[in-house]
Amino acid sequence: MSEHEYTPKSKVGKWFNDRLPLLTLANHLTDYPTPKNLNYWWTFGGILTFCLITQIVTGLVLAMHYIAHADMAFQSVEHIMRDVNYGWLIRYIHANGASMFFLAVYIHIFRSLFYGSYKSPREIIWIIGIIIYLLMMAAAFLGYVLPWGQMSFWGATVITNLFSAIPLVGEGIVTWLWGGYSVDNPTLTRFFTLHYLIPFLILGLVVLHIWALHVPGNNNPIGIDIKKPSKDTVPFHPYIVIKDGFALLMFMIVFAFFVFYTPNILGHADNYIEANPLVTPAHIVPEWYLLPFYAILRSVPDKLLGVIAMLSAILILAALPWLDTSKIRSAVFRPLYKQFYWILVADVLILGYVGAMPAEGLYLLIARVATAYYFLHFLVVLPILGFKERTTPVPLSITEPILGGSPNLAAVKKKDTFKDQ
Amino acid sequence: MKNFFRLSFLIALLLGFQFNSNAAEKVEYLKTDWSFKGPFGKFDRASLQRGYQVYQEVCSSCHSMKYLSYRNLVEEGGPEFSVEQAKAIAASFEVKDGPNADGEMFMRPGRLSDKFVMPYENEKAAQAANGGAYPPDMTVLVKARGGGVDYIYSLLQGYEDPPAGVTLDDGVYYNKYMYGNKIKMSNQLSDGLVEYSDGTNASVEQMAKDVTTFLMWTAEPHLETRHKMGFKAIVYLIILTVLVYFSMKRIWSRIETKV
Repeated sequence: MSEHEYTPKSKVGKWFNDRLPLLTLANHLTDYPTPKNLNYWWTFGGILTFCLITQIVTGLVLAMHYIAHADMAFQSVEHIMRDVNYGWLIRYIHANGASMFFLAVYIHIFRSLFYGSYKSPREIIWIIGIIIYLLMMAAAFLGYVLPWGQMSFWGATVITNLFSAIPLVGEGIVTWLWGGYSVDNPTLTRFFTLHYLIPFLILGLVVLHIWALHVPGNNNPIGIDIKKPSKDTVPFHPYIVIKDGFALLMFMIVFAFFVFYTPNILGHADNYIEANPLVTPAHIVPEWYLLPFYAILRSVPDKLLGVIAMLSAILILAALPWLDTSKIRSAVFRPLYKQFYWILVADVLILGYVGAMPAEGLYLLIARVATAYYFLHFLVVLPILGFKERTTPVPLSITEPILGGSPNLAAVKKKDTFKDQ
Repeated sequence: MKNFFRLSFLIALLLGFQFNSNAAEKVEYLKTDWSFKGPFGKFDRASLQRGYQVYQEVCSSCHSMKYLSYRNLVEEGGPEFSVEQAKAIAASFEVKDGPNADGEMFMRPGRLSDKFVMPYENEKAAQAANGGAYPPDMTVLVKARGGGVDYIYSLLQGYEDPPAGVTLDDGVYYNKYMYGNKIKMSNQLSDGLVEYSDGTNASVEQMAKDVTTFLMWTAEPHLETRHKMGFKAIVYLIILTVLVYFSMKRIWSRIETKV
């Protein structure tokens, strides 16, 4: 945070700012000292903000034409695709935007895991982030139900039925969620309401996420605390603004490719068949971004335990700042952690893959091993690693070489490669 | 820049998984060159018009097309029939309208603004007439099947005698591209079944291709606009990205740190 007090130059500005310090806020955001060695993995925060705004704006327009009724929802989506001016464009941006949002959020989360951004003093940022992620999954699931295709209907049936695993009150809760005795019109209308509400909750949490970030400031690739402002930092504007902008444009090219050339590849064909409670699709699969958790759910033979495992897989992340006992943030100086990190990445990708496959034979076995390893990583590997691992020396600042004794050449070299990127 | 390669690698990896997961249950479909594939793909106008003819003369006695209106036949990017042709097509159908001033429903000739007339009153009537199987609505059929156009194209030509050991019930037919190989629709296409007004030879292959092209259009009526707009959008984004890249280099050169 900048130390100096900001005073607007104009009289009107000063008058306004004394009453509502918006200009001070704007000045803080412009001057906000940011570590100058941030690499492109750090640009996904800005990209995610763009994704959220895109979803809200396109969603607003879609809601103007969509009809939340079991008999008309599917037809109203076709109406949007055919008769609304550029309705196809808006819907494809919204549908692919959800996938892009998750792609960005997974990169954002795994960046945090690599560079230890969740560690003290940034635990609150991390936990808010996990809540945002949970809400995103809820919003995506609810949104997928709205077109009222076969996958919408049966996905809604499968997911809501998970609550029936709760002992005693489970069945009652499911009926309460449905607003009836099966997924039907009352379910659709409430899902639409909640789908409209959640993005604004996310928006509020994003403000808190950024606010919490601006207290300690950004972590950075070498994961050290830096003096702010100093030779190690640059003002947010124009340095980070233009870099984030550049990365965002690259991201938008990928996004545009999906929207314009393969708009349906990430969706399931069955969702172009209108919902039919009497016909169950051959395979009920969630969207790709939920597959790892779906794999965990199915790998446990007991329904209740499966649900618990799936929820724990997400909630365990909230405890991560305390499960990881290492004082060193960045994986750059943690040779062992770095290897376990990539094993975890592979593990999650494998879970995603088997999540899309039928839960039988070899696939089920792989899913079980991968699920076990997922929990092992967080509950056993990380706590032990903090005590056992021999970390390499950490530099004292981004610009200065390592002080105190003979500099570790390997670490200096590492640091240089980071600056190059 | 190295990061971008890593990034694109990651994206490619994720997509690879996605494609793999879809590829698991694929059969080898018959291939043909679709004019609408690829970033510059457009519909073949004549093929769309012929496809409409096949749909009209062969499919429409069982399969509805409920999201399409007769006016769509005139619109840019579709079969682009002339207004007169489309009006004549619409007028050849009887549409139930009303109630009139006397409270009676009445029949009148179709107009451009009407939706395609359905072959059956409702789903039950359709099932009753087809041995219990509901002939699916065809408007978005291409998008509702995993194999898309290749699947429909192959299915129409995939009828053969069942292999030894496979017994078929009455009204069930063997099709090598159908999921489970059993289909309740009999083989519909035979050489010379329709007489194309443009003189094209109506082989089974040709009719299958034309009607599938038509179904692609009914499923994605704005495909041509989408392709054109996508090209412009991506070129625009690439130019802007390059400009922003050099601006970024310039700005960061003030503090001598590579970006």
